[in-house]
Amino acid sequence: MADVQKFKTAAETGLAERFSQARASLPGDAAARATAFARFTDSGLPHRRVEEWKYTDLRAAMREAAPLAGKLDDKAAAAAIAGATRFAEIDAVRIAIVNGHVAASASDLGALPAGVEITTLSQALAEGHPLLASLGAIPEAADNVAYALNAAFMTDGVVIRVAAGAKVEKPLHLRFVIDGEASATATRTLALVEEGASVTLIESHECADGVAHQPNDVLEIVARDDTKVEHLRIDAHGDAALALSTLTAYLGARVAFDTLNLVTGPALMRHQVYMTFAGDHTTGAVRGATMVTGRQHADTTLYVNHVAPHCESRELFKTVIDGDATGVFQGKIAVARTAQKTDGKMMSSAVLLSEGGTMNNKPELEIFADDVLCAHGATCGQLDDDLLFYLMARGIPRPEAEALLLESFLGETVEEAVGEENETMRETLMAPIRAWLSARG
Amino acid sequence: MLEIKNLVVEIEGKRILDGLNLSVNNGEVAAIMGPNGSGKSTLSYIVAGKEDYDILDGEVLLDGENILEMDPAERAVKGVFLAFQYPLEIPGVATMTFLKAALNAQRKARGETELTTPDFIKRVNAAADKLEIPREMLRRALNVGFSGGEKKRMEILQMALFQPRFCILDETDSGLDIDALRVVADGVNALRSPDRTFLVITHYQRLLEHIVPDTVHVMANGKVVKSGGKELAVELEANGYADYKAQEAA
Ligand SMILES: Nc1ncnc2c1ncn2[C@@H]1O[C@H](COP(=O)(O)OP(=O)(O)OP(=O)(O)O)[C@@H](O)[C@H]1O
Ligand SMILES: [Mg+2]
Repeated sequence: MADVQKFKTAAETGLAERFSQARASLPGDAAARATAFARFTDSGLPHRRVEEWKYTDLRAAMREAAPLAGKLDDKAAAAAIAGATRFAEIDAVRIAIVNGHVAASASDLGALPAGVEITTLSQALAEGHPLLASLGAIPEAADNVAYALNAAFMTDGVVIRVAAGAKVEKPLHLRFVIDGEASATATRTLALVEEGASVTLIESHECADGVAHQPNDVLEIVARDDTKVEHLRIDAHGDAALALSTLTAYLGARVAFDTLNLVTGPALMRHQVYMTFAGDHTTGAVRGATMVTGRQHADTTLYVNHVAPHCESRELFKTVIDGDATGVFQGKIAVARTAQKTDGKMMSSAVLLSEGGTMNNKPELEIFADDVLCAHGATCGQLDDDLLFYLMARGIPRPEAEALLLESFLGETVEEAVGEENETMRETLMAPIRAWLSARG
Repeated sequence: MLEIKNLVVEIEGKRILDGLNLSVNNGEVAAIMGPNGSGKSTLSYIVAGKEDYDILDGEVLLDGENILEMDPAERAVKGVFLAFQYPLEIPGVATMTFLKAALNAQRKARGETELTTPDFIKRVNAAADKLEIPREMLRRALNVGFSGGEKKRMEILQMALFQPRFCILDETDSGLDIDALRVVADGVNALRSPDRTFLVITHYQRLLEHIVPDTVHVMANGKVVKSGGKELAVELEANGYADYKAQEAA
């Protein structure tokens, strides 16, 4: 316990205590967990003098380390899932993850589509499942403290294998629900999409307002050659949650990959995306629509890494900031010497609705190849007064006129992410946006 | 009836309307003509409720009620409608969504029931057909990618749909081809009624051959400097504004 002495904050000390208490009972390779935790003990929680966390001072924001959530019994888990109604109606294969543990009784694990194989992470770790070799495909992530803490504490999640050639029509919906007193959860999900397969993954995250939960979720996607992978994430954590999340997407050749993150919830969010273009002629799109108000803080940080040639990356982020809230967008696109003919476009736009709001945009390009087309842009402004006047002159009251303009501003991300033919999915994704706008009044 | 009394308006210290007086009776179509920059669009914006002007003096009365303290949406509910000289493009907002939001907002504010979707669609389609607006356009984002003439027609479609009592048309004829001009004029004429008031701003006598005005007013330097009957427009077409500009300068 000598290490504990060097920590500066109660949360850091608490994390160390939590680890020493939990380590013996956590499944899988104990040495790997110790290595991951050492990454945290080396630096403590990241703070504003750490460049990548400049705008999100996790050390200051995290007052204490909540206790690790325990696994609920079937009945309690089913009750928690039944209480989470917002995304219950999505037509999908459901996998419920309650308080960091898969709730099999509330999941459709027995009725998986052809070509889909799912094992719980806890079981996979306990038995040393061969698919776990696909974890950690993007090694840079291991150096990230949020990811490292997840590696140290991960309790459960799922390991998904989509077999070569399988065209999975029905989306897989990971329903994350946290119930009860303030607690910490750490889930890890792996989706290995084999050659030529296609799949849609939806994640929804919910917990009650007013409870300071501390989720830390990691999703790792490995998309082999010629796959099509769509990932839609809705972060509707409660307004007191401190939510860390990491997506890694390791993309082979001729892949079509799309991810969208919709954020309405937590007090503090840090969503990190690591996307590596490892094979040629792949397209990868990362999009986000973030709505924050009050004293909320939402940070999206991207690490896009082009290694293979002839790939196209698109990043589109929309942020709406009300009250005294803060938005952060950090996007780094690195293009290696080997990644000739890369076509990368990154755009972050924010609308400030109040005097007290802040947006920090930090786009970065790091290009070592000479034949590439890369562009980035960032805008931050108010709603257009002339457009508002036009709408109001037609009898639409100001709040509704603002909502119309904001809905179209944010909705562009949904339009781009979901094809026109998929009306139901669009409506599912627009619903949290509309709910947020109408709550604004 | 619409009355504008001694309206004095500045923007960034520059005087644009300078004691303007005008009244238009119920059932009357008043044409406003005047040189570029004389303040015609400013007048229309002030009546519709655009901010960012300093109104130093004067009143705008609808049936005796001063509307200058109301926001644009409240004025629309009272029946004010401005067909913009330059209609705005609103990306991402489908024309149908916009029309429905506007119509229902007005109805709600007046204590009327909201229209059902089929009823609404029927009304829009009927108005679109009369104005020869292809239905496909209604599915696009409002005014985005519309031609100049299409945008103007879309303004008149809105007017037909909302049935406002005080209609201001700011150079609706500019950008319209000859056939479109007739279609739009027919649309306007169909709305003429004893309890509706029109203010038609134009540079050309041609429009006034289709929409025959009851009165014609000449604006120069932020004021109405001459009023008359429809023959005044013919006279202006022949002689231009030289007289009025000179008169001001004198
Ligand atoms: N936002 C503004 N800032 C400064 N000056 C303005 C502004 N808006 C209008 N003006 C000025 O006010 C004057 C009147 O403009 P307005 O658009 O009302 O003229 P108009 O009579 O409609 O002209 P046109 O026939 O060309 O349409 C012009 O000199 C114009 O430059
Ligand atoms: Mg004008």
